[in-house]
Amino acid sequence: MATFTDPEKTSRLKEQMDQSRKQYEQEKYKKITQKHVPKVSILKNAVNAFWVGGLICAVAQTLFNIFSNAGFTVKEANAIVAMIMIFLGAFLTGIGVYDSIAKVGGAGAMVPVTGFANSIVAPAMEFKKEGYVFGIGAKMFSIAGPVLVYGIVTSIIVGLIAFTIM
Amino acid sequence: MSLLWAFLIGGAICLVGQIIMDLTPYEISTGHVLVGYVTLGAVASALGLYQPLVDIGGAGATIPLSGFGHGLVQGVLSGIKSQGILGVFMGGISANAAGIAAAVIFGYIMAVLFNPKG
Repeated sequence: MATFTDPEKTSRLKEQMDQSRKQYEQEKYKKITQKHVPKVSILKNAVNAFWVGGLICAVAQTLFNIFSNAGFTVKEANAIVAMIMIFLGAFLTGIGVYDSIAKVGGAGAMVPVTGFANSIVAPAMEFKKEGYVFGIGAKMFSIAGPVLVYGIVTSIIVGLIAFTIM
Repeated sequence: MSLLWAFLIGGAICLVGQIIMDLTPYEISTGHVLVGYVTLGAVASALGLYQPLVDIGGAGATIPLSGFGHGLVQGVLSGIKSQGILGVFMGGISANAAGIAAAVIFGYIMAVLFNPKG
């Protein structure tokens, strides 16, 4: 260790040390926030997606049990439940409730068919002013369109492979 | 009991989607997630991996959009059995006709009736 007798040098050094300490503290703080904030929100988002998505599916299962007890076949009951869930998703989007569900649930609200219905109604409502054909008619399928395209293309490819193997 | 399984399986499927969205460094839109789910559901169904999920979870597996992919593939496969090559093209959509029709008609009605809030 060198000894500093020059007072100017010591004060300059002190200033430098203060500055670098400040910088260090700031970097440390940045690192802490980078590490912790996303992790916490990822966990929170995951939990919310789980219970919101689970709840929507439980509602659908309740409906399924009702219709299957009423004597409908599994296929019929599935079709009726899908229709009701799509109706609910579309209606709740229309009255502005589904937005709040999606804000909490994230993927838990998007991935079930109710979210599919939401993805049809939301852009269609928004672009209504562009007319009934290119506003509502076209924008209904801004997300549903790609979903249908990839779903149908994949299933037909699978079908052609299965048909050749069989 | 079926309710609990629907909740758990459905919740788990949605949770995976949320984690994928949060951990992907770039922004993924709703469209990408839904397209991914339909495609993965269809592929999993073709490999015979999705039916067990439906057997356990019921609506928990059919209501997420991966269930739509599963429905399409199963429709195509049963179409092949009854109609051969024609079934490849008819089976998928006819098996899911109710859902597709409901999405179009209810989506249209609600979009006409309501206006966006705020």
